[in-house]
Amino acid sequence: MPLAPAITDVEELKGHPAVAPLLAWDPSVLEAVKYDREEMTIYLERSAIREACAILRENNECAFNFLSDITCVDWYPSEPRFEIVYHLLSLSKKERVRLKVRLNSASPAVESLTAIWPGANFFEREIFDLFGVRFTGHPYLRRILMPDDWEGHPLRKDYPVEGYR
Amino acid sequence: MAHLAPTPVLEAGQDRTMILNMGPQHPSTHGVLRLILEIDGENVVRMMPDIGYLHTGIEKTCEAKFYQQVVPLTDRIDYLCPLTNNLCYALAVEKLLGLEIPPKAQWLRVLLNELTRINSHLVWLGTHALDIGAMTVFLYCFREREEILKIFEMVSGQRMMTSYFRVGGIALEPPLGFFDRVRDFASYFPEKVDEYENLLTGNPIWMMRTKGVAVMSAEDAIAMSATGPTLRGSGVDLDLRRDMPYSGYENFKFKVPISQDGDVFARYMCRVQELRESVEIVKQALDGMPEGPIKADAPKVVLPDREKMKTQMEALIYHFKIITEGFAVPAGEVYQAVESPRGEMGYYIVSDGTAKPYRVHMRAACFANLQTLPKMCEGRLLADVVAAIGSIDIVLGEIDR
Repeated sequence: MPLAPAITDVEELKGHPAVAPLLAWDPSVLEAVKYDREEMTIYLERSAIREACAILRENNECAFNFLSDITCVDWYPSEPRFEIVYHLLSLSKKERVRLKVRLNSASPAVESLTAIWPGANFFEREIFDLFGVRFTGHPYLRRILMPDDWEGHPLRKDYPVEGYR
Repeated sequence: MAHLAPTPVLEAGQDRTMILNMGPQHPSTHGVLRLILEIDGENVVRMMPDIGYLHTGIEKTCEAKFYQQVVPLTDRIDYLCPLTNNLCYALAVEKLLGLEIPPKAQWLRVLLNELTRINSHLVWLGTHALDIGAMTVFLYCFREREEILKIFEMVSGQRMMTSYFRVGGIALEPPLGFFDRVRDFASYFPEKVDEYENLLTGNPIWMMRTKGVAVMSAEDAIAMSATGPTLRGSGVDLDLRRDMPYSGYENFKFKVPISQDGDVFARYMCRVQELRESVEIVKQALDGMPEGPIKADAPKVVLPDREKMKTQMEALIYHFKIITEGFAVPAGEVYQAVESPRGEMGYYIVSDGTAKPYRVHMRAACFANLQTLPKMCEGRLLADVVAAIGSIDIVLGEIDR
């Protein structure tokens, strides 16, 4: 089956259960939207991520009350370099949404979600460890998988797969 | 010596409490989990899991491999359910490609996936009971597990690292006698579950060690991103096989066992009931097994049959191209989640249009489930820690990746 082209128009997607409450809150925080391969992606402004998650979580229509996953993608050498990817799940509607925040390489930092979901703790520590992205307001931001005195962040694209760093 | 410094630091309180290291070499931590416990006599005041002892950088390795070369790596993430990992990865790449998988391959995937669930739950039940002091169950469980491993060896040639599900279908037709053997197993297995339950469910010692121990509320479980039986034991009804079906699960009828108590016993009951439900799914898959091909009709992605390679030029060319250059996947990103024996196993794959994945991220169920452990154990007895670890069914290979 051929792939349908991605929809990127906000007007077409404004009825989506994750887009509607965010538009009602503050349309300026939505940088872009994408509906591709039956998955919804919303690009948010960096400063809005914590409040946006709180709004999606408390929304009565379709509460995205479950944090499935947080991860990061490194787009080195282009800028903004890091994309933090959040996957939320609605336990009542069985619906998923992907939120994204783009960060520059100069000082990659974003607000922590641990105040909303304590479960964000390990995911954010892992990103801090492997990508070197800082999460402000995280209660215990230390390396989790690599040894404490490790130099560099292995999942960055400028970190070699084999050989010496 | 910086590298000798203990990783997370818990300071002991004024003379009242002491720090106890549990693991990484401890038989009840199921691998290399290290727990730093602050204890006041026999009571756990604080707990901090320390992980990373089995970190092998699989996510980084994936970025340097062709899409088809990632399949054997996925086996090694969660070594108790390799086929679930194979399935999740294959589904994710197929979603990126927009491939349609023939029904027979889907049915076989479901069948083997449920056998994997039984296999994984048997190891969990055996070791969990062994940790708490019931040795016999361990031997019984491994007796049945052996038969499942033989079935895996029959289809894939490997007992554990199967790599049997490939992008676009499955590797080979199952051999002669395979279905009979699975049917035989499915017919006698429910009796064996009765046997385990006879030893444990009503056993007063077992109940004293598990009932009311390591209790977790539904709100906490959701807030901590727990999934699988760890979540369902707290009364949250979420099973991705039923709620967000994949690989033809919508065609199967099965119950999702949940328990309201949120203790070790509740999680135990959920998993034991799942053993029975999984057998039912296996039987349905055997009865309704469709006929037809086991690979998608996509010559640029799926390796051709050996027979065709000897007679057709195109097949030989495609084979050569796939092996040497891989296959290009259209740019995009997908998140595919499946219900592994431990919870939501998710693969997030980003493609930049080349033959190698730009980024592969595995959302490991245990990684999130492990966060619930301090909540379960703090304020309880040290001996209950062992029961709690067993009840979340951790696999360190999946946590550390």
